[in-house]
Amino acid sequence: MFFQFGVPLALTVIAVGFVAVMFGLQKLLAPSNPHHRKLIPYECGEPPTGRAWINFNIRFYIIALIFVVFEVEVAFIYPVAAVFADWVRQGNRLYALSEIFLFLMILFVGLVYVWVKRDLEWIKKVPD
Amino acid sequence: MPILNSLPDYVLTTKTDEVINWMRKSSIWYMLFGLACCAIELMQTGGPRCDIERFGATPRASARQSDLMIVAGTLTLKMALRTRLLYDQMPDPKYVIAMGSCASCGGLFQLAYSVCDGVDKIIPVDVYVPGCPPRPEALTEGLIKLQEKIMTERWLTRAPANGAVETVRA
Amino acid sequence: MESLAIYQRLKDQFADRILEIVDKKPVPWAVVDPASIVDVCRYLKDDPETAMDCLSNESGVDYKDRIEVVYHLFSYPHRHLAVLKAKLPRDNPSIATVEGLWAGANWLEREIFDLLGVNFEGHSDLRRLLMPEDWPGYPLRKDFVEPAEYHGISTTRESPVIRLEMKKKK
Repeated sequence: MFFQFGVPLALTVIAVGFVAVMFGLQKLLAPSNPHHRKLIPYECGEPPTGRAWINFNIRFYIIALIFVVFEVEVAFIYPVAAVFADWVRQGNRLYALSEIFLFLMILFVGLVYVWVKRDLEWIKKVPD
Repeated sequence: MPILNSLPDYVLTTKTDEVINWMRKSSIWYMLFGLACCAIELMQTGGPRCDIERFGATPRASARQSDLMIVAGTLTLKMALRTRLLYDQMPDPKYVIAMGSCASCGGLFQLAYSVCDGVDKIIPVDVYVPGCPPRPEALTEGLIKLQEKIMTERWLTRAPANGAVETVRA
Repeated sequence: MESLAIYQRLKDQFADRILEIVDKKPVPWAVVDPASIVDVCRYLKDDPETAMDCLSNESGVDYKDRIEVVYHLFSYPHRHLAVLKAKLPRDNPSIATVEGLWAGANWLEREIFDLLGVNFEGHSDLRRLLMPEDWPGYPLRKDFVEPAEYHGISTTRESPVIRLEMKKKK
């Protein structure tokens, strides 16, 4: 009765099995010589100085945040686009369009806010 | 390792060893370790005319992703300490080709105060390629010699008692 | 202006602080008292007739009885050059830095310090440039003795030719 999941199940089994075989062969056959000098951070041959946790500019975080929000929005639009033709055929085209348009508008307000607050600019000029 | 170097010489195990070694020798990634003029010849060996990449050898910039270190050029004492650290940071199994006369024995600059006479003073070398600089064909032959050395390694089978063939350094 | 005319100008300005003017090919040079090298260089740089705005080279020479620091100055507006020499004793060679006049003197003086041991008073960052930081001695001095090893790496290599000769004698 769940036969439509046969193909994804086969793909999952092959994927998991492939990774398991690779890791298994590595555990059986690969040499392993961890010693202190091999495990220290790679710094082109110089002994490493300082910590690896350093301060970085927060604009990277902001760009990633904005990206995630709008990426999720696009992910939600894809199923709507897939069934939109069926809804039009049933005569509900205005209803479908207004629903998805409302969704986009709510998120567009967020985009306008980010735009006005100058978070889309990579280099912000601070007023003197 | 329960299975490494533990099986006798049946045709299945020796053929598996051969297949594993063939896969490994056809994909030796070398670290770009050009120090001096031999680096130019190393670049030319990777160039279009004598293409080392047809043997599967592609250059990697990082020691963590390479299994061959081609020491191309004069090694100074200041660089020797860093070379040792870089060799230590390569993952096993690793190989070293000493390219040129400066890396083999100090070469032209053997009497200089700042030169380390030969890279085998600090790291174990598998193949020495003579020349000043060696022609790309000579370096390719060095790589082929290294491939022949790799084909003699044993993974599943036991090494012979007289120790003529290297086992995996495990 | 000819170089000799520049030195004559210096002689008029500084009288006995210019020790001698030597007229030899290819470029004549002027020997300056080491204590007044900065004043002489500043005069040559600021005077509009000479306008030496470029220190094209600064080097050190080790003679058996003294160490000399040689300045090659060049003027882009007038396209003439001058060579100044300062003679220092070998025991504790020390001279004022011209880094305040020409910023390029920073590394040039670091190199002279590294290889000959000349101390430059007033230098902002006097440390070794080419040799490793913990290298003993100054390599380009005539009495420099190569250390037997550096961090455990020996600085000599046994020649295989000698071994062959001994075999032949047998």
